[in-house]
Amino acid sequence: MSAVSKRVSITTCLALSPAYCPICTGEENPNRHYVNNKIKTTKYTLLSFLPKNLFEQFHRFANVYFVFIALLNFVPVVNAFQPELALAPVVFILSVTAIKDLWEDYRRHRSDKEINHMDCLVYSRLEKRYMEKYWKEVRVGDFIRLRCNEILPADVLLLSSSDPDRLCHIETATLDGETNLKQRQVVRSFYDLDCEFDPLKYNSIIECEKPNNDLNRFRGYIIHRSGRRDALSKDNLLLRGCTIRNTEEAVGIVIYAGHETKAMLNNNGPRYKRSKLERQMNVDVFWCVIILLVMCLFTAVGHGLWMFQYGDKRPVFDVLSPDGRDLSPIMSAIYLFLTMIIVFQVLIPISLFVSIEIVKICQVYFIHQDLDLYDEETDSHLQCRALNITEDLGQMQYIFSDKTGTLTENKMVFRRCTVAGVEYSHDANARRIAMYQEMDSEEEECMSHGGTLPRRDSVTSYQSAHVVLRSHSTKSHRRTGSRAEAKRASILSKHTAFSSPMEKDVTPDPQLLDKVNECSSQMDFMRLHRQPMSQLTSDLADIIDFFIALTICNTVVVSSPNQPRHKVRMRFELKSPVKTIEDFIKRFTPSRLTSGSNSSSSSSLNRSSNRGCSSLLSSPSADSTLTKLNEEQFSGSLEHTFSAVPPSYDGKTSSNLEEGELRYEAESPDEAALVYAARAYKCSLVERLPDQVTVELPHLGKLNFELLHTLGFDSTRKRMSVVVRHPLTDQITVYTKGADSVIMDLIKPPDTGRKTLKKIVCRTQNYLNLYAADGLRTLCIARKVLSKEEYACWLQHHLQAETAIQGREELLFESALRLETNLHLLGATGIEDRLQDGVPETIASLRKAGLQIWVLTGDKQETAVNIAYACKLLDPEEEILTLNADSQEACALLLEESLHYIQAKFLCSSGDQTTNAFHSNFAPVETYPFSSSHISPFSVHRLGLVIDGRTLAYALDKSLEDKFLAVARSCRSVLCCRSTPLQKSMVVKLVRNKLKVMTLAIGDGANDVSMIQVADVGVGISGQEGMQAVMASDFALPRFRYLQKLLLVHGHWCYSRLANMILYFFYKNAMFVSLIFWYQFYCGFSGSAMVDQWYLIFFNLMFSAFPQLITGTLDKDVSAETLQRLPQLYMSGQNSEEYKPYMFWMNMIDAFYQSLACFFIPYFAYADSDVDLFTWGTPITTIALLTILVQLGIETKTWTWVNWLSIAFSVALFFTVALCYNASCPTCYSPSNPYWTMQKLLQDPLFYLLCTITPIAALLPRYFYRACQGTLFPNPVRVGRQLDKLPADTRRNILGLSRVTVGSPLRAEPPFLSLNKLSPESWNNKDQRSIAGSKTSQAKQAAASQTEEKGQISPPARMEKHFSDLFPLAPSELDALPYTKNDPPLPGTPQPPSAKDSECFRRTLQLSDQSVNVSTPLVSQTDSIQLNLAPDRASECVRFRRSSETGLRPDGTVQPACRTAQQEEQSLHTAL
Amino acid sequence: MMASSYNAKDEDGHHSGSVSHGGAGTAKSKKPDNTAFKQQRLPAWQPILTAGTVLPAFFVIGLIFIPIGIGLYVTSNNIKEFEIDYTGVNVDSPCYTCANNFSWNSTTSCSCTVNFTLEQPFENNVYMYYGLSNFYQNHRRYVKSRDDRQLNGDATALKDPSNDCEPYRKIGVETIAPCGAIANSLFNDSLELYYVEPSGALNAVPLAKKGIAWWTDRNVKFRNPAGVDLPTAFKGTAKPVNWRKPVYELDPSDPDNNGFINEDFIVWMRTAALPTFRKLYRIIHKNQSSTSTLPSGRYVLNITYNYPVLSFDGRKRMILSTISWMGGKNPFLGIAYITVGSICFFLGVVLLIIHHKYDTRSNSADIPN
Repeated sequence: MSAVSKRVSITTCLALSPAYCPICTGEENPNRHYVNNKIKTTKYTLLSFLPKNLFEQFHRFANVYFVFIALLNFVPVVNAFQPELALAPVVFILSVTAIKDLWEDYRRHRSDKEINHMDCLVYSRLEKRYMEKYWKEVRVGDFIRLRCNEILPADVLLLSSSDPDRLCHIETATLDGETNLKQRQVVRSFYDLDCEFDPLKYNSIIECEKPNNDLNRFRGYIIHRSGRRDALSKDNLLLRGCTIRNTEEAVGIVIYAGHETKAMLNNNGPRYKRSKLERQMNVDVFWCVIILLVMCLFTAVGHGLWMFQYGDKRPVFDVLSPDGRDLSPIMSAIYLFLTMIIVFQVLIPISLFVSIEIVKICQVYFIHQDLDLYDEETDSHLQCRALNITEDLGQMQYIFSDKTGTLTENKMVFRRCTVAGVEYSHDANARRIAMYQEMDSEEEECMSHGGTLPRRDSVTSYQSAHVVLRSHSTKSHRRTGSRAEAKRASILSKHTAFSSPMEKDVTPDPQLLDKVNECSSQMDFMRLHRQPMSQLTSDLADIIDFFIALTICNTVVVSSPNQPRHKVRMRFELKSPVKTIEDFIKRFTPSRLTSGSNSSSSSSLNRSSNRGCSSLLSSPSADSTLTKLNEEQFSGSLEHTFSAVPPSYDGKTSSNLEEGELRYEAESPDEAALVYAARAYKCSLVERLPDQVTVELPHLGKLNFELLHTLGFDSTRKRMSVVVRHPLTDQITVYTKGADSVIMDLIKPPDTGRKTLKKIVCRTQNYLNLYAADGLRTLCIARKVLSKEEYACWLQHHLQAETAIQGREELLFESALRLETNLHLLGATGIEDRLQDGVPETIASLRKAGLQIWVLTGDKQETAVNIAYACKLLDPEEEILTLNADSQEACALLLEESLHYIQAKFLCSSGDQTTNAFHSNFAPVETYPFSSSHISPFSVHRLGLVIDGRTLAYALDKSLEDKFLAVARSCRSVLCCRSTPLQKSMVVKLVRNKLKVMTLAIGDGANDVSMIQVADVGVGISGQEGMQAVMASDFALPRFRYLQKLLLVHGHWCYSRLANMILYFFYKNAMFVSLIFWYQFYCGFSGSAMVDQWYLIFFNLMFSAFPQLITGTLDKDVSAETLQRLPQLYMSGQNSEEYKPYMFWMNMIDAFYQSLACFFIPYFAYADSDVDLFTWGTPITTIALLTILVQLGIETKTWTWVNWLSIAFSVALFFTVALCYNASCPTCYSPSNPYWTMQKLLQDPLFYLLCTITPIAALLPRYFYRACQGTLFPNPVRVGRQLDKLPADTRRNILGLSRVTVGSPLRAEPPFLSLNKLSPESWNNKDQRSIAGSKTSQAKQAAASQTEEKGQISPPARMEKHFSDLFPLAPSELDALPYTKNDPPLPGTPQPPSAKDSECFRRTLQLSDQSVNVSTPLVSQTDSIQLNLAPDRASECVRFRRSSETGLRPDGTVQPACRTAQQEEQSLHTAL
Repeated sequence: MMASSYNAKDEDGHHSGSVSHGGAGTAKSKKPDNTAFKQQRLPAWQPILTAGTVLPAFFVIGLIFIPIGIGLYVTSNNIKEFEIDYTGVNVDSPCYTCANNFSWNSTTSCSCTVNFTLEQPFENNVYMYYGLSNFYQNHRRYVKSRDDRQLNGDATALKDPSNDCEPYRKIGVETIAPCGAIANSLFNDSLELYYVEPSGALNAVPLAKKGIAWWTDRNVKFRNPAGVDLPTAFKGTAKPVNWRKPVYELDPSDPDNNGFINEDFIVWMRTAALPTFRKLYRIIHKNQSSTSTLPSGRYVLNITYNYPVLSFDGRKRMILSTISWMGGKNPFLGIAYITVGSICFFLGVVLLIIHHKYDTRSNSADIPN
């Protein structure tokens, strides 16, 4: 552990009382050399602002360039402009940025000041008491007294707590957004302090690791006077920014202060990313530089030649240089080159960068303001955390999504369970959940009326009234009905994380409830009659154990809602201890929990040792525990030990009272759901202490389980365990809860002869498959009873592991592995994680937008596949390619075969293409234009790929990644199950780097952070799993469905606006600068400019700046509604259609043409006249301005009053400035001295004639081109715009039609959406082969195809035709728009394959009719392809199965998918 | 023009949420305002450029431009202009000797006489220009080589002109007034026009020296330095190198036309935009009598040849021209209007064809029902 070596010793020789430590005498705190708690997040001080800010601004190359140009003006020989004036634009740009920075810094300063001046209680050693101090005065080593609801000023080591359990609860919402309480423990050595903590008596040294930003890690020691060392962990550390809850008072010592706190170290401002558009733009800026240099060089050479032709005869107009020297042509050419760089500097758009930033800020503002992206429930809207990649949203090609919490709500609802092999279907529960769903939709209908909900009493269970009552708050909580209601609901639920009523109110299955009752009454009976518990039938014992496991095998914290955040204390005083076992209680329950009178020294010994076991904290002595264990063995005779109430106790009333009062706060919603489920069976968690869990059972009352160990959940083990001493049997019992895949492997192989057990396991596995098929999250619950010897043996190792310094985590992990073996299966649960609203629709439309959606989830394959079906990620129509491999070779082979399979399909479909040419109009659904990528285009088929984590690990290997990609990219959807966070990010990285596509990753949990950071755009869902994902993201959304509008509408707009604006900028500058370039031919290439220098410099900055900003901010090529209804329009952004490299050059050529027109029309009009330089130049400037503005007008798609206003303003501004400028001073503004020029021009009819004809002549080609383009080659966007122009109701009809068709499973595409250009398939065989790495002449002929079948078009398509007849603007009309004609089906054009391809498929591949591993029953009618590979027969055993069988039926009569039986099968087919 | 519709999106469907709950939400909510601007729903005109929508514009432009062009062309043609090159490049030209013998250093002036005939009489005011070709008055260093404050009569600038005037700023200790290269290269040929009566007698045509410069130039921009009289005002300054006489003796005939406000000087100081230019020299005012200003017949132009242009291959011309409301004779604008109008018309026809061939369907989509 490198961290250990990094330790810095905070030699907190802290406050050794003066008598012991003379050095410290009189000193407040001996840790002065550590940073204080003052925070300063500002970048600048008053003094350092200017130099530092300038320094930072000069990091941008463009700024340096412009300053260089401006300074060049001060060189006498080159100066083209008045030097002071030349500085103006640079100074302007720099100061705008500086003011922005200053303002931001000031805001930071204000908030810093506020924070620094918060109060807290700090112990003063002089005054010997706690005193109020400002936060900034807190120092490392100070003792701080914290009261309830106070915010922690620094990272504090907890030394004392008023809580009797020596706990302190904190809320970390500000840190990670998790609203549940976290427990922190007092440092071990201070645990036993019974009196109040006295800082004066403290004399220990703390050594801990260097400050770091890992919130979940803290390591250190506390070294006491005695030389004893105690380990410190994150459980002892209270982090800055958290809030103390539930704890009246706590005292701690400051460990890290100020900027060294973990909160501050984690606070690393907004991220800077460069968008794709900007990268493209930079290339063109580079081209501009080249053009500039060429122009300058040309002029310089021209000047040299011009000088040369005069030879020695110096004409009068060729003035000598100021110092009177005669310049040689070469020298003056060199000087002129520099001059020209200044004159033409406008070509490199100085204001472009600033303008882009302004526009992006405006865009972000509008995205923020969008009502559709506002979530009423959480009162949150979309956050743009990265300000400069808005336009990337419009160019996404791949979406990588997390499943849980992103696609689903992450509201876990207990749905059903199976115990001891018997399934309890919980039908009433299912109805209840369905009801919530109905209510949701119903409420939407009556939302506008604001009416109340019809009371629904359909629930038959005895809880129905309760449920309905609850449902009202649910409704308002979940839906955006009314804000006030939502608010109320959120306040209600604020104190409990993850507990909407829907999750809490579980309707128990009557059958199971009966059994629980029966069981517990039996146990009660047995307890009364002192019979050993083992007499209980194993079924019933399993049931009660199952619920106990649900209740205690977690880390749920109990709190009461009436006094929020206050722990419910079930004091032993309340109960009358059973006399007979008082002895036992003394020994085994911590003394402080008893009435207190009988606490003894021996119990304290036990206490400490118990504690040692109960947590991951190191225990001081393993020996003592062992001693204790030995002791226990002697006292083993104490059989029937009950800490619970006597039978007379009326458990029922008490439970009724408490019903609904206790609130559970869990770290993961699964746990809470299970606890709530158990509560529904009257098996409720009452209290949780570090070393004890109290459970209330029916008839039995409250039972205290002594908690010996908690082996926390980790993603490798995929399970958690608790080790408890069972109060009824006094056995040491391990309860394990975890993913079925791991638990099932750990189940003790049934002993010979115990057929029933084997059967139970089989059945449970069967049900688990069913659950998974229903899209439920499955968990297995298992138990293990340890003998004392086994436990002692394990404990010894475990304690060693806990106390280990090096590699503690690994050792603990191994220790956990050792314990969790040979389990006894109790049962399994199915938890429903409901899909978020609108997820299927969002996915459908995103997919139609040409986005490839991959789901990367940690969930098990079956669950993931079913969720994927539920959210329409996978289509029942599709074939599913499942890749499960056990080894690298197997994986390689699988990938190879998949590729062959895909190619085989191509081959077949290409054969049918002529006959199917007719369908080409209907079929371009899945063709995915890969034009922007450099790899040979694969078309996307109706094929889904499912791959599990293990196979993914192999596939991501260097040697296989190309093949994997080749397979994956030709599939329509990819589902990676069981993937780790690292794999998620590797997949994203791989796709991003290899395919050169734009990727977006969306997720909500900490496990998505790496993926979010790797992707081009990271989106966080500000959901239930905390803020880590949001912190890492560029955009944070409240809900997944908002992604649709964010991408399709805002992304598209941002992209098209910015792309157009950038192109326009290049055009504008080139056009303006080349006017001066042409003039050089008429002024002896002397660098003279007919445009007044003021106009030249302010042209970009003032006169032409506003309209383009307005257009860049507000222009909408297509309305939001149409964009959402026609997701296909998004493809224009994906293909960068608004800004392709050739467009830059087209714009440049157009700019040159326009400048020629703007130059030569005035030239000829004024040729050989008495016009002077600036009287001629001013009309040219005016004309150029008008031309540029009208050009913007042609490119503007939406004219609002703002556009009109901005253009009018620009023109008015120019004339006003010109008139004022020309009237202001008759002697200034050398050399142009344009006094009265504009006034004179305005009296000249010629001026107006010129201003009319020139812009028209200049813009004629572009206008004509646009018109022809609009008619002859309309792109989909234009068609969308045409739709926009239709009257609202007609449009709605048409768009509504598309919605109708979206819903239909067969024809996902409304016909007029065949507007998608059929991308010409340029098959590059070489590339393809290199990727595929496969032989095949098939591949050469392989044509893009899709598996849509002929027959499928029938009914809905006909319906659509019917619709189209109804509406005059039938899609069929649009459908037949000319360009479809212009695109004759190319050889490679994707064709819808006919049914024949399945024929062909049959021919090619071996057919098999049964398969053990059908993925889901949902897809029973589907073609499902299983690629099953046995590692041992890897060479020949690759089979494609076309499984059309029915799969598993709920009744369980079909396929015995029993685990053990399956294993044999697996050895053949290796289905994982 | 373009097919358009003001497309005020239905806003009724949207504000149900905020309005109804506005009262309840006293607590601060982050809910965005539902305004057309913030929700980007401003009513907008959305033109779509297609052949169908654009072609009226082309026809309209064509129809407007062609008549304007014809009008301009006719106007320009009605302007009478006469131009004569007196540089003296050819051996047979009258000024050949002057042109070849003269340089800036010559102290004596050279005269030559050019005869010409006006075929048609010139009515109204006739403007007499001198024209220079290949003279780069727009050269960057040349244009800058002046001091406007000095020309404005500023006393300090008179003694200490701007550095822009270098190297024509000072001669020894004396500052040059007016300083700079522009002033230094002042055109100093003098032209006199005589009408040859049918009898053979030479009748001098009255040439007005005043009114040739911009009013603002003469009255605002250019001012003489303060002083009892001009020579004292300009005391201590030197004449420009190429000048024969100081600035206050530019017009011996009219004392008001001397110094910086000499109109020939002012006209020269307004630097020409292009290397071939003309500058107004004199105005021949219309006779009160009914006869033409310049009747047709023979004329004699007397030239005092002071200005050498051959060194840089320049040409000197004398131009007589009447003017119209649109200035001097220049058929270009008329032709341009006619051309652009015709092109527009032609493109309109092309678009019409395109529209008929390809645009019918999408057009039908424009006009439902």
